[in-house]
Amino acid sequence: MSLAKRIIPCLDVDNGRVVKGVQFVEIRDAGDPVEIARRYNLEGADELTFLDITASSDNRETMVHVVEEVASEVFIPLTVGGGIREIADIRRMLNAGADKVSINTAAVFNPEFVKQAADKFGSQCIVVAVDAKKVSDDGEPKRWEIFTHGGRKPTGIDVIEWVRKMDEYGAGEILLTSMDRDGTKIGFDNDLTRLVSEAVRVPVIASGGVGDLQHLADGVLLGKADAVLAASIFHFGEYRISEAKSYMKACGIEVRD
Amino acid sequence: MQKIAVVDYGMGNLRSVVKALEHVVEGKQEVILTSVPEQVLQADRVVFPGQGAAGDCMRAIDDYGLRDTILEAVASRPFLGICMGMQVLFGHSEENMGTECLGSFPGRVRYFGDRHCDSDGNRLKVPHMGWNQLNQTREHPLWQGIEDGARFYFVHSYYLHTEDQSLTVGACEYGFEFSAAIAQDNVFALQCHPEKSADAGLQLLSNFINWDGQA
Repeated sequence: MSLAKRIIPCLDVDNGRVVKGVQFVEIRDAGDPVEIARRYNLEGADELTFLDITASSDNRETMVHVVEEVASEVFIPLTVGGGIREIADIRRMLNAGADKVSINTAAVFNPEFVKQAADKFGSQCIVVAVDAKKVSDDGEPKRWEIFTHGGRKPTGIDVIEWVRKMDEYGAGEILLTSMDRDGTKIGFDNDLTRLVSEAVRVPVIASGGVGDLQHLADGVLLGKADAVLAASIFHFGEYRISEAKSYMKACGIEVRD
Repeated sequence: MQKIAVVDYGMGNLRSVVKALEHVVEGKQEVILTSVPEQVLQADRVVFPGQGAAGDCMRAIDDYGLRDTILEAVASRPFLGICMGMQVLFGHSEENMGTECLGSFPGRVRYFGDRHCDSDGNRLKVPHMGWNQLNQTREHPLWQGIEDGARFYFVHSYYLHTEDQSLTVGACEYGFEFSAAIAQDNVFALQCHPEKSADAGLQLLSNFINWDGQA
């Protein structure tokens, strides 16, 4: 027995409510973040990730309160992402009770920020979020690039080169989202996940596309992910975290009971 | 009212430790987060957390003038070291091209390595991050109510290699077995994060706040 693969429910927060957009367009309301965090903790979630999807200053304030409230009663690792652009943003979230912050756009525009953040707070609390989209045509060797702004803006940066660089710059973990799969419910992009996982030393969290429990297991078995992240399948009560754990265990994956 | 001092030397997420302690004391003891030596030594128990790199940690301890305070606390009252707060109690860490640490106990802190593998040759990620089993290798009051092999949350790239095997009270397997919890007299220290380890972690903290410091 050894290290367990983690199941991480992701809470997309807008205006103090948990929402989940389907490919960032249609938004459904899923409820109160503190309530949901409490429930996931009871069901055995290994960590929780909160994403501030609008990253406006109002929403950031709300997020700080959500994190404070959750951190005083839920004692598992908490990650906060969305709009983390400065050292002060990181300090604020850590002080509110977050254990890690996830940096996305700011890393793309200023990779040195990741280095500074890791130097300042330690790699263990710096997650680099990577939004990847396939740019190769069918029949060509597969290639993915980094996209920003919710998958709308290409950067021309190759994903594999990027994650290696982020590993070197002090990222403690990579949160990898396939923008092709996000919201589709057809499963992770396991080819992408495996290539990224094999390219870096640090753990990789697979994200984007989970529609059923087999998809979670595939992320580990085929994608070689160290952790799997999902939102809507848990929020709308389709599956419980405990069911996901039992399913993965039955597939031979080590999980925390 | 009894006081628990959480030593603040600017390293890492101390808020989590304070919140978890406040949760378990239920208002019956006072939890203070402090970098003032006198306040640390006035407390009945001391919690010494830590995150980040060993070199930065040791520098911060000296910048805050806390070296003697920590050594005195280690020698005198129930003391709980967490993560980096465990590692720097030992003599030396390989981190930052070699860092001399507090040296309260004999042992060295080593890097897992860039090509860390399990016994079947499968590559293991570094940092060792997530929930792993903590095997209780020796009885201790702080294990009370915690199942042997219960999972705790770990996040670290360096591990403790003790020269004195009798120090180890808990072991963890990640490629090989390493010492994940040590204890001697009034000191208990562990590599994982009880403040982030759900029920098992809260039980350990609760055991600590009720511990008389006898092994």
